[in-house]
This record gives sequence, structure tokens and C-alpha cells, in this order.
Amino acid sequence: MKNAIAVLASLLLACSALAQDTATPDALVKNVTLEVVEIISKDKEIKAGSRSKLIQLIEEKVLPHFNFASMAALAMGQNWNKANSEQKKAVTEEFKTLLVRTYASALSAYSEQKFEFRPLRAKPTDTDVTVQVRVLQPGTQPVPIDYSMEKTAAGWKVYDVMVGGVSLVVNYRTEFSNSVRNTGIDGLIRELQGKNKSLEAGGAKK
Amino acid sequence: MRRGLALGLALLAAGCASANGDPRDPFEGMNRGVYRFNETLDEFVARPVARTYRELLHNEIRMRVRNFFSNLADPFIGVNNMLQGKFADGASDWARFAFNSTLGLLGVHDVASDMGYDKHNEDFGQTFGRWGVGFGPYLVLPLFGPSSVRDGTGTAVDWYTDPLGLVDSNRVRYTLVGVRLTQQRADLLDASQLLEEAALDRYVFLRDAYFQRRRSLIYDGRPPREDVNDTPDKPVN
Repeated sequence: MKNAIAVLASLLLACSALAQDTATPDALVKNVTLEVVEIISKDKEIKAGSRSKLIQLIEEKVLPHFNFASMAALAMGQNWNKANSEQKKAVTEEFKTLLVRTYASALSAYSEQKFEFRPLRAKPTDTDVTVQVRVLQPGTQPVPIDYSMEKTAAGWKVYDVMVGGVSLVVNYRTEFSNSVRNTGIDGLIRELQGKNKSLEAGGAKK
Repeated sequence: MRRGLALGLALLAAGCASANGDPRDPFEGMNRGVYRFNETLDEFVARPVARTYRELLHNEIRMRVRNFFSNLADPFIGVNNMLQGKFADGASDWARFAFNSTLGLLGVHDVASDMGYDKHNEDFGQTFGRWGVGFGPYLVLPLFGPSSVRDGTGTAVDWYTDPLGLVDSNRVRYTLVGVRLTQQRADLLDASQLLEEAALDRYVFLRDAYFQRRRSLIYDGRPPREDVNDTPDKPVN
């Protein structure tokens, strides 16, 4: 009897864990967005302009839902296959840092805009979907934000963000390929490191 | 302003080929020159003025200014929608102008949006694009920034049909144009800050963003998917 209960209990646990992982991608985007915005509008340190606190928040709440290896691979295009595993890791890591900083800047400009979450148009069997959000600002056209998401073993992950029709990943492609052509993959890694260092230095001033 | 355009075209005629070979940007050398000129102008004039404007005027007032100019643009946004065969959108733009100019007190209140007439983003460059005209070579225009032969031509027509051109007094007209530019630059302050932080090479980043953005606008936010390496074509939406 006790065994049966234990089995049942663990089954329940497994189910709830499963439910978390397979939560619909649009619900995931909505929950994370609203949670982050709520924290930003309440947290005193962030409101006072603390960049490190903001980055910490992003790392905690947002990062787990991004697949940075996918993003780096898409941004590098064909050069990705020419990189060895260490280089792949380094590019992914530096690209992640850069995107988090950029994201922090975008969020720090946030001021009470409202969001409209579009219903997801996808079949339950789809493993690659676009979740559409619109940022509403009085007096201007709404800004569309589209999250491209893929289903992985660890749940739904974002692999590209499109703002106003501009794909973040695609936008880095020319820069990355120029950099690789001129200085090789290690050159690209150095360039990303340099960029992140200068942002860190600049961020400390603010 | 038109003299700026003429200057740009003259520079184009002088044309200088570039080394780093993006096929969309055969005049990269010249474009980078104009880009640097714009950056300098922006750093020392446009950005400081826009910042001051944003600091001095409350958000509420800036919104009224934005609405006022936005309303003046709606009739020709409607014309462009009509020219693109989007008659319902065009009619909606004209309805916006009618309601906002009257009930909205010369446009400062955007009552039409509340009534369900959505604001659209159209210009002659988009109309040419919709008609099937390609971008043509990339061009950085003095003052206006990223453009192309097609969109630059569109911008010239936009300026020719600008309702502010109807204002007789030079002084009033230039003032209005100045306020509108300031307002537009102020709205972009956060975005340009972001660009500065995100880009490795700002010129290249801006150029790519321009092509993506315009392509998206021409298809009203629903462009057919581009062949992204190995990803098979998938329907959008």
C-alpha cells in the first residue's frame, strides 16, 4: 500500500514536471514577460538604474528559455561548421553576454508600455513556432516582437527574436561573416570579447 | 533638404567602388563617408537637441506633438495604401484624418485609434516595392540615413507631397519641419543607444537592419520567409 502511494506520488510529481516543460510556448512568453516587467516596475534598485541587478534578473528569469547555441549557430551560418567545439562554446558564451547586455538596455528603456499577446496559431504537434507579442504605445504604431521558438528536450526555447520585422540573429550574420573572413573564427571571438569588455566599462560609468 | 538629395545624387554619380563586397552596397565607400557625416551631425546637433526636447517637455505633450504630425501624414499614407490596392486600409487612413482633424482637435488627440481605425506605416518607397521594384543599390542619404535608390526616390516623392509644403511662410514651415525632425529623433533615442551597444560594426548592422525592416514593411509585417541556409521553407504565421 505504502509503495503504491509512493509510486502515485512520484507519478504526480513527474506529471507536474512534465506539465511545466511542455507548457505552451505562448503561455511561456506571456508569463515570463509579465513577471519580468512586474519586477522591473517594483524593484527600487533597478528603477534607480542598477544595471547589474537588471542583468541578474535577466539571467535568472529569461536566460533559461533561450537556446544560445542555436542563436550563435544561426548567426554564424556556414562558418559554424568550420568551428571546433571550443570555438563554438566561446562564440556562444560571448554572444550570450552581448545579447544579455543589449536586452538589459532595451528593458531599462521600458516605461509602462502595454503588451498584447497574440493567440498562437500552431498545431499541437508543431516543434517550431512563432509567438507574436505587440508592444502598444499611445500615438505610434504598435511594435511587433516575434519570438521564434523550438521544442527541445528541455522545453520550449527561443532561438531568434524579431523586433519590427528585424531578426536579431539574421542581423548579426553579415558582421560575423565579415569578421571571420578578415580575422578567422578566433578573430570573431576576440572582437566579441572586446565589445563586451567595452560595454562593461561603459556600464560601470552609468 | 532637396539640395541635400541633389548632393547625394551627385556623390552617387561620382561613385566609388568598395572592397568589402556586399553586392547590395556597391557604393560602400561613398556611403560610409555620408554615414560618418550623418553620425557627426547627429552627435553634435540632432541628438543633443532631441535630448533637451525630451527633458524639457513632458511625455504627454510630446505625445500630442507626435499625434499632430502623424495626423498630417495620414492622407498620403492613405494614397499609398490605395496605390497598393489596399482600399480598405486606405479608406481607414482617410477616416482617421477626418476624425482626428475634427474631433481630435487638429490631430493632437488620436481618437480614431480608439474607434478602431489602426495607424498604418506607408510611404512611396514601400509602394514602389509593392509594385515589384527592387531595392536597387544601398544608399546612405545625407540627413535621412539608410536608404536605397528605390526608397530614396520614394523619399523624394514623400517630400514633394509633404503637407507642410503647403505652408506659405518660410519661417513657419521650417519651424514645423524642425519640430517634426526633433520629435522623430527623440523617439529614436533609446533605439539608437541600443544600436550602439549591440553592433560590432554599426554601419553594417544598420544596413542589414534597414533591408530587413523595409522588406517587412513592404509586406506589412508578413514577409515571405527568406531562404535561411538549410531551413526548409515554412509558411509564416
